[in-house]
Amino acid sequence: MSPGNPELVNALVQVLGSENVLTALEDILPYGFDGTATFKQRPVAVVFAHDAAQVSAVIKLARTHRAPVVTRGSGTGLSGGSVPVPGAVVLCLVKMDRILEVDPANLTLRAEAGAITQKIFDAADATGLFYPPDPGSMKISTIGGNVAENSGGLRGLKYGVTRDYVMGLEVVLADGSICWLGSKCVKDVAGYNLRDLFIGSEGTLGVVTQVLLKLLPKPAARQTLLATYARMDSAAETVSAIIAAKIIPCTLEFLDRKTIQCVEDFAKVGLPRDAEAILLIETDGHPAAVADEAAKIEELCRAHGATSVRRAATAAEAAQLATARRSAFSALARLRPTTILEDVTVPRSELAGMIREVEAIATRHQLNIATFGHFGDGNLHPTILTDERDTAEMHRVELAFADIVQATLARGGTITGEHGVGLAKKPFLKSQLGDASYELLRLVKRSLDPDGLLNPGKIFDQS
Amino acid sequence: MKTLAEMDYSVLQQCMHCGICLPTCPTYLETKEERNSPRGRIALMRAVADEELDITKAFGDEMYYCLGCLACTTACPAGVNYAELFETARADVEKKGVLASPKRDAIRWFALRLIFTRPRLLRAMGRMLWLWQASGAQMAFRKLKLTRLLPANLRQLEPQAPTVLAKFSHQLIKPVEKPASVKRRVAVLTGCVQDLVFADVNRATVDVLLANGCEVHTPPVQPCCGSLHAHNGDTDTAGELARRQLDLFDPFVFDAIISNAGGCGSHLRHYDHLLAEDPVYAARAAEWSRKLKDISEYLVEIGFRKPTGAATASTEVTYHESCHLCHGQKVSKQPREILNAIPGVKLSECAEATMCCGSAGIYNITQPETSGWLQERKLGHLRATGAEVVATANPGCHLQIANGFAQSGEKTTVVHPVVLLAQAYRNETGAAR
Ligand SMILES: Cc1cc2nc3c(=O)[nH]c(=O)nc-3n(C[C@H](O)[C@H](O)[C@H](O)COP(=O)(O)OP(=O)(O)OC[C@H]3O[C@@H](n4cnc5c(N)ncnc54)[C@H](O)[C@@H]3O)c2cc1C
Ligand code: SF4
Ligand code: SF4
Repeated sequence: MSPGNPELVNALVQVLGSENVLTALEDILPYGFDGTATFKQRPVAVVFAHDAAQVSAVIKLARTHRAPVVTRGSGTGLSGGSVPVPGAVVLCLVKMDRILEVDPANLTLRAEAGAITQKIFDAADATGLFYPPDPGSMKISTIGGNVAENSGGLRGLKYGVTRDYVMGLEVVLADGSICWLGSKCVKDVAGYNLRDLFIGSEGTLGVVTQVLLKLLPKPAARQTLLATYARMDSAAETVSAIIAAKIIPCTLEFLDRKTIQCVEDFAKVGLPRDAEAILLIETDGHPAAVADEAAKIEELCRAHGATSVRRAATAAEAAQLATARRSAFSALARLRPTTILEDVTVPRSELAGMIREVEAIATRHQLNIATFGHFGDGNLHPTILTDERDTAEMHRVELAFADIVQATLARGGTITGEHGVGLAKKPFLKSQLGDASYELLRLVKRSLDPDGLLNPGKIFDQS
Repeated sequence: MKTLAEMDYSVLQQCMHCGICLPTCPTYLETKEERNSPRGRIALMRAVADEELDITKAFGDEMYYCLGCLACTTACPAGVNYAELFETARADVEKKGVLASPKRDAIRWFALRLIFTRPRLLRAMGRMLWLWQASGAQMAFRKLKLTRLLPANLRQLEPQAPTVLAKFSHQLIKPVEKPASVKRRVAVLTGCVQDLVFADVNRATVDVLLANGCEVHTPPVQPCCGSLHAHNGDTDTAGELARRQLDLFDPFVFDAIISNAGGCGSHLRHYDHLLAEDPVYAARAAEWSRKLKDISEYLVEIGFRKPTGAATASTEVTYHESCHLCHGQKVSKQPREILNAIPGVKLSECAEATMCCGSAGIYNITQPETSGWLQERKLGHLRATGAEVVATANPGCHLQIANGFAQSGEKTTVVHPVVLLAQAYRNETGAAR
């Protein structure tokens, strides 16, 4: 296809108006990447849709002109999901950002796909309700992006991930048709559960334009604790002990020494700079249960080698600690020019061993690796701090990545816990799934998107 | 000064495009388009450094659409030095001349090279403006509807022109003033707009310093700090003005150098960086930057004396944070501490206290639409508190907010926190001085 594709652009302008179709270099350059380091590709055009009908029209036009469509929310993805492919039109949904309904009688919320996650949390909160999934990027990520990546968050341990809250969604298919999947009914078993097919589909099967979310009553109380460790293993042992004691906190986050220092440089919330590891733990629910759990957790932390345990005195202090934790990934960028984040998950019993292995891999390849993550879920983010201009080092980075993935799979883990496959994890998917499951995935893609129009080349190579 | 292409590339690389800054950026909130966001602008700058993009007119327009409010630097966990990138990019735009037009060149020459480099000329202009306003000529001119003769954008601005005070700083403040017992020696910077329009803020600044045992040095004629120049891509003049400032004030003889205008202070603190490669001035500039303090910051640092008198009987006050004070200088708690220390003051926090009011240097002249949008958003949040007084610590914000209230006929007053503190000291029973 021609680089500019003027006919397609003209047709898009006809449908959306010129203010919603960007083609100038200065306008489209910033859509060449998402939050993932090292992937970059310029789109031919960026378009903004304002409703499902416009999304449908864009897809039909792109189909006529055989141009790939890459759907984009806020571009905070960490696996290259919204990075354009050559010749692509980027379909950006951030202007479809309305919260359409909060239904306290049914405990649901309906919103357009471009609504910001934080706004959804706030809208629920304002009516005394609670939307639990809280990815670190929630202040900027869109709910559509969360659904597409099946994002997890700091409360994943007790409350699960985005999938657990999607009751229904509106999706535009590759032929431009618009369909609703799911309903407000708590029990609904009519037909195949196609709704779930689109959750975690990374924009490769359809464009989500609306979501219907399940809400919970707001927990009456919460308590946040910060436990400090002189040894990484002690922190890992504490996690096992808490789970073994049949306590499920809502949050159980881990930061290693390097991450603690970077986060503290930014957030200045009084994290112990000299600690080898910290755990950020939160329990919520009935006040009596919270008080009881907090006391037991504190005891377990101390019994397993915590050098100190600090309890957040106020809600504001607790919020500050959570915000600091949410900045971990970006704060690590202070150390080296390029920050590449991994997203592996292992069964929780394998955590301590996995962390030791990551350290060994760092030493073996002479790399600077920091690790933080959702310890309670077994979801780790080893983060390689490097410089993309140093080709020799970048080669070692690739080797280290392959080693981390190998180690994860050997322990029965998964190559991505929450960020998706996208471009970043594509080479490893087959070794995790095995041939038959991998082919099944491709079969689903081929039947829903026979022309390979929607975000082609993500998750697996185009066939 | 280095260009984007010559500067340390790792400053550009520091942005890992995580997007955490997006929701704090006023221009991104207005359009929701990436190029109008911090990470989008940084991507454009990096493309210039990578020679993927020329310095085009569209690039220039984008750099001037940015408010320079630095909200992104507070939000950014990666510690991206956006201020340096922004000034470098604007300087590149000026060097390339992509935005040049005879009218723009004339205005820039007049403002940046003529008026704001010559304090005496600025005061003379201020004196004329004062005569114009005080003599009633302004009212007569308006009554006769002669304003129709002005070009459209000037006509809109005419009612917004600040009311110039009858006396300027040097007429209110002696070059050296001493308290009963001297504990510290400080210098006070009087600013440009502050000097003409808010000389009372400068007087109040000196008063509160005296009340806290400081010997105060205030040279009667001071050069402009150069912040307007640096923010508008004229880094050469900014450097020249910084040198003049360092000639006038010897930072080694003072305990602190005090600024009371958020915008000026934010620039003044970075003389060390601006003159880092100047063999003659680098050391002096480093000392200067070490000692430069905002007035609220300094008062809290020296443990200022809590007043026993009240500013007025009872006042509900809300606080608008000047961008360059909170984001540029990271001074945010201290002005609140000052306000809370004043008997009778009740501080009610407003929503989005750290969001730009749209003043942003000369932005309200160059981008009236965005500026107006931000002004309305700001006034809405301030009104919602029900406070009768808005405290803020930057002359640009002060004017922008006061103009907004005046246009809608509201009585809300705007005041610098140190003015309230000075009043409270003055109202102490049996207060000397
Ligand atoms: C600082 C930081 C912290 C993060 N923390 C977490 C975390 O704790 N947990 C977590 O899970 N992730 C986290 N992420 C990753 C990222 O924020 C999530 O993947 C998020 O869901 C992406 O949302 P987005 O709107 O930015 O989507 P984008 O990045 O724009 O898109 C992501 C993918 O979804 C597709 N997509 C987007 N919208 C739609 C739609 N409406 N319909 C169909 N497909 C669509 C895109 O094609 C792409 O493949 C973090 C990222 C950052 C930068
Ligand atoms: S927060 Fe910082 S690193 Fe992240 S996109 Fe913004 S400027 Fe870049
Ligand atoms: S300085 Fe202000 S307007 Fe400019 S990019 Fe940063 S936040 Fe946006």
